[in-house]
Amino acid sequence: MSVNEDDVRKMAVLARIAMPDEEIAGLVPELNNILHWVEQLGEVDVTGVEPMASVIHNKQRLRDDEINADPQTAGGVRDKVLANAPMAEHGFFGVPKVIE
Amino acid sequence: MTNLTDLGIKEIRDGVRAGSFSAREVAEAHIEQVSKAKALNAFLIETPDHAIAAADAADKAKAAGEELASLAGVPIGMKDLFCTEGVEARAASAILDGFTPTYESTVSGKLFAAGAGMLGKLNMDQFAMGSSNETSAFGNVVSPWRRNDGGNTDMSPGGSSGGSSAAVAARLCPGATGTDTGGSIRQPAAFTGISGIKPTYGRCSRWGIIAFASSLDQAGSMARDVTDCAIMLEAMAGYDPKDSTSLNAPVPNWEAGLNADLKGKRVGIPKEYRIDGTPAEINALWDQGAAWLKDAGAEIVEVSLPHTKYALPAYYIIAPAEASSNLARYDGVRYGHRELPDGAGLQDMYAETREAGFGAEVKRRIMIGTYVLSAGFYDAYYTQAQKVRTLIARDFEQVWQQCDVLLTPTAPSASFGLGEKSNDPIAMYLNDVFAVPASMAGLPAMSVPGGLDSQGLPLGLQIIGKELDEQGVLNAGLAIEQRAGFTARPEQWW
Repeated sequence: MSVNEDDVRKMAVLARIAMPDEEIAGLVPELNNILHWVEQLGEVDVTGVEPMASVIHNKQRLRDDEINADPQTAGGVRDKVLANAPMAEHGFFGVPKVIE
Repeated sequence: MTNLTDLGIKEIRDGVRAGSFSAREVAEAHIEQVSKAKALNAFLIETPDHAIAAADAADKAKAAGEELASLAGVPIGMKDLFCTEGVEARAASAILDGFTPTYESTVSGKLFAAGAGMLGKLNMDQFAMGSSNETSAFGNVVSPWRRNDGGNTDMSPGGSSGGSSAAVAARLCPGATGTDTGGSIRQPAAFTGISGIKPTYGRCSRWGIIAFASSLDQAGSMARDVTDCAIMLEAMAGYDPKDSTSLNAPVPNWEAGLNADLKGKRVGIPKEYRIDGTPAEINALWDQGAAWLKDAGAEIVEVSLPHTKYALPAYYIIAPAEASSNLARYDGVRYGHRELPDGAGLQDMYAETREAGFGAEVKRRIMIGTYVLSAGFYDAYYTQAQKVRTLIARDFEQVWQQCDVLLTPTAPSASFGLGEKSNDPIAMYLNDVFAVPASMAGLPAMSVPGGLDSQGLPLGLQIIGKELDEQGVLNAGLAIEQRAGFTARPEQWW
């Protein structure tokens, strides 16, 4: 499979990256080279093979149902959470207006 | 007097304990070297106060007759991927400019609790995506090594942990943290003539490490010899309930378990790693490595890992897919850079922020990841890659019936000049062809220096072990280290 400029533009929208046209055009051959290269995986017989999402044999753990059990991940740290925000007001993240 | 910056982790630890020198002297000697090494661009941020405070604490404990912790008095470098409380963490990306974590990553916190001091944050490939340290938003890292042709071409320290490898090789620090998603500890270690180990996936907590590809990311240690790697890794590893993929297994005392006598061990030589285009010098070193391990008492057996050639393309689907998801969080709302053109709405702000903040390689991988996860292509690319991953892991499970560890070259080339490969993404990706299979299977693997090539540049040998058998990997590494007698070091030009 190969991609054209329209496909790449659509991907850029999905990925929320505002790419100018020349960047889109430059990516078309690069992405096609990479996609062509990874397509060799198609020749592997995977009949009956389960996809692997994780290498560890652990079961997904649930934490204890206890509020603020670990102080490092506990609540009550609003100011720390907001400390790095480009814009924070009244204890909230600030973003541009979304309702006209 | 001994040059304190020539000492390794063990020598510093033992010297401070014995009172041969103070931790303060060690810290000051390293701080001075760091401040003089700007030409390497290995450190993004220098934190001399942190290193001094840890050193003074070690000296105070020593004076009070207290038992010193395992890294008391040892100054280290910290890859910029680790969140460090109060010290900027940017993953070498402009999109995290100004991000100062309000918490400490589990691994850096454990190192500090063990007495280590931090000399600074180390440059790297942006978001750990790269194999040459040319994708940092803050400039390339330059290897301290140069070719022996009398020229002064700037060489790659490897990547993504290239600030770490350059700093350790240049004697700016005796050890540094690295992270390895598909070779990012082992390939830079090989390029700079140092040792580096990536433990079993889940040994080191990922909590507080800026995520790239979560099913592959694993922290590890980089230092100038195998013993130092073992000491440092011991301080980094351990169960952490805050990481759902953390292994709940006791951390062995790897340093105490070091043993280069390999009698009764079988070393596998996987025939699929003998690929076209590998320089003869690298294959010769590989043969030499097998001879060294045989000399250490091991039996050498040829083995087969039939799906090896598919590991790299499968990785370049799975890692970008996970990255495209992980990096969705950089939206200009909660931290880092925000790009807000006049009159822009929320969606525009997201897209403009990401266009301005991400580097070219990061965008390339986000785009690939977005594509392979998109409706209509998901099964053909992503699911197929996950199935191939199962087969790669199965190859390793089967091979362990014939051998205890595997020996391979670490990388298919020595270091190359900065700029010599950066125009061809796939040529760059091929750097990790020998490193990626172990990452895909979550296995412990390390690189140790084996010798120099005809250009005078270091070459590394890789040892891959069974799940949780870091000891077997370290022991084989030690056997090679003792026989290789690698004492070469870069001549100081910086």
